[in-house]
Amino acid sequence: MDWFPLLNSVRIAAISTIIIFFVGIFAAHYIAKAPRLVKGILDVFLTLPLVLPPTVVGYLALRILGPNRLVGAWVLDVFGFKLTMHWWSAIFVTAVVIFPLMYRTARGAFESFDTTLADSGRTLGKSNTWVFWRVQMPNCRQGILAGTVLAFARALGEYGATSMIAGYTPGKTATIATTVYQLWRIGDDALAFRWVIINMIISAVVLLAMTFLEKRNVKPGGF
Amino acid sequence: MALIVDIQKKIGAFNLSVRFESENEILALLGASGSGKSMTLKCIAGLMTPDSGRIILNKRTLFDSGAKVNLPPQKRNVGYLFQQYALFPNMTVFENILAGVRIGTAAEKRDAAAEKIAQFRLDGLEKLKPASLSGGQQQRVALARILVNAPELVLLDEPFSALDSYLKWQLEMELADTLSGYSGDVIYVSHNRNEVYRLCDSVSVLSNGKSDPKETIDGLFHSPATVAAAMISGCKNISRLERKDAYTALCTDWGVTLRTQAPIADDANFVGIRAHHLTFSPNENMMNCTVSRVVNNMFSTAVMLKTPGGAILRAEMEAAVWAAAKDKKNVTVYVDPKDVMVLKS
Repeated sequence: MDWFPLLNSVRIAAISTIIIFFVGIFAAHYIAKAPRLVKGILDVFLTLPLVLPPTVVGYLALRILGPNRLVGAWVLDVFGFKLTMHWWSAIFVTAVVIFPLMYRTARGAFESFDTTLADSGRTLGKSNTWVFWRVQMPNCRQGILAGTVLAFARALGEYGATSMIAGYTPGKTATIATTVYQLWRIGDDALAFRWVIINMIISAVVLLAMTFLEKRNVKPGGF
Repeated sequence: MALIVDIQKKIGAFNLSVRFESENEILALLGASGSGKSMTLKCIAGLMTPDSGRIILNKRTLFDSGAKVNLPPQKRNVGYLFQQYALFPNMTVFENILAGVRIGTAAEKRDAAAEKIAQFRLDGLEKLKPASLSGGQQQRVALARILVNAPELVLLDEPFSALDSYLKWQLEMELADTLSGYSGDVIYVSHNRNEVYRLCDSVSVLSNGKSDPKETIDGLFHSPATVAAAMISGCKNISRLERKDAYTALCTDWGVTLRTQAPIADDANFVGIRAHHLTFSPNENMMNCTVSRVVNNMFSTAVMLKTPGGAILRAEMEAAVWAAAKDKKNVTVYVDPKDVMVLKS
């Protein structure tokens, strides 16, 4: 059995999650403090990928990154390669699709963070950066972790946008999701079923990890 | 060591206008909740920015709207004890105190923190998280963390509001000891007049965002100048007054005329009488009242009296004194002219 789809799915999901971990937290941190109107408007745009069909995200990505389009053409011209049809092309769309999950859970955590903790850090002479990484982040850990795990789980399941921007090339761009579809299409039911089981196991493990982390964090006094 | 505060800030319909100076003392800001006490502290600490005015600490300008100076909280060197102490829940007791140390090498910082651990009797608790400490221990950690920071000014925001009342006595004495060993200024925010009476040197009363001029603790409790000060100092009976002459007031709410020892200024418009200053021992200030209600406390009795003017007076006396009263329906109470407080609104 060729394990490439597993490797590819996991690396796409992992890299997307790492990128979105920082981008999502950054956005959440600043938007949590923004005035209500700005927050409302930004929320619509930043949450949109959550409710859009992945094919719409894939279409929009191709409109921008495709070899004949604005960014895609420029990169092809200057650097000499296409942004589409590589395994890493899927990262662009996966990151966009999972961004709202990270952003919204992190923002919820930041908004329920007791700001007097930050205030006390600042009156003790600690920089805002110190307060953020040493006080705010650890105390919002549960929300951040939940967002990260959720984003990773969603990234593993990404199909529509990925198949549009990276296509399905066995051994090159195939992910578990696209492989299952292809195997079903050509009638290789047994192998398709195997991948379905693998996918379910991975997702179950990820969700189990999340439940475990949540339980550990609500223990009294165990911040 | 001196602090000068003169700030104004408007938030919605609320207007904060606070003005006081303090020098080498524990100054209380006494006021009901919502009177702007915490907001004042936040402005002094740099966590909120006043619209206008200035804050000067030991000749250092922390804030001056005219000169466009507004130091960040990190540079103000002001210790702030928050109501719920605001200890970092993710850090141990030792790490919390260590976070307060500003200067020195890593080893020197650890030494400074260890010294405070010993001084505040926190030995053995170093590795615990704040959530597993009692309220009193949390307060000691918070104080240690502030004082290891060597602040020029300490702000205490209702330090006992997070504690059970049976703990307060002990902690109040501890706090008094701690503060007596501290050489900078202290601002003590509270709505509890008893705490303020016991712990502070002088007081400024805040009502609806506006501060009364600073006065001594004795001044506030024995001769408050304003209605707000009289009420916050525990005066239960207040009536409007009509000035008859320099020492005679018609108390319109009570329907009686009373003599005062203090002269009645032209702009005085209220009188106040403390509940325990109403007695059965005769003097020139007499009030014939009917009893509307009696509340028996453990050692004292509170009697609600309907005055000729209709308003209710509250008199408090020892239970035995009330028990000895012959007529418990119609009583005559007296108040010494020196106990009639002349107030401004």
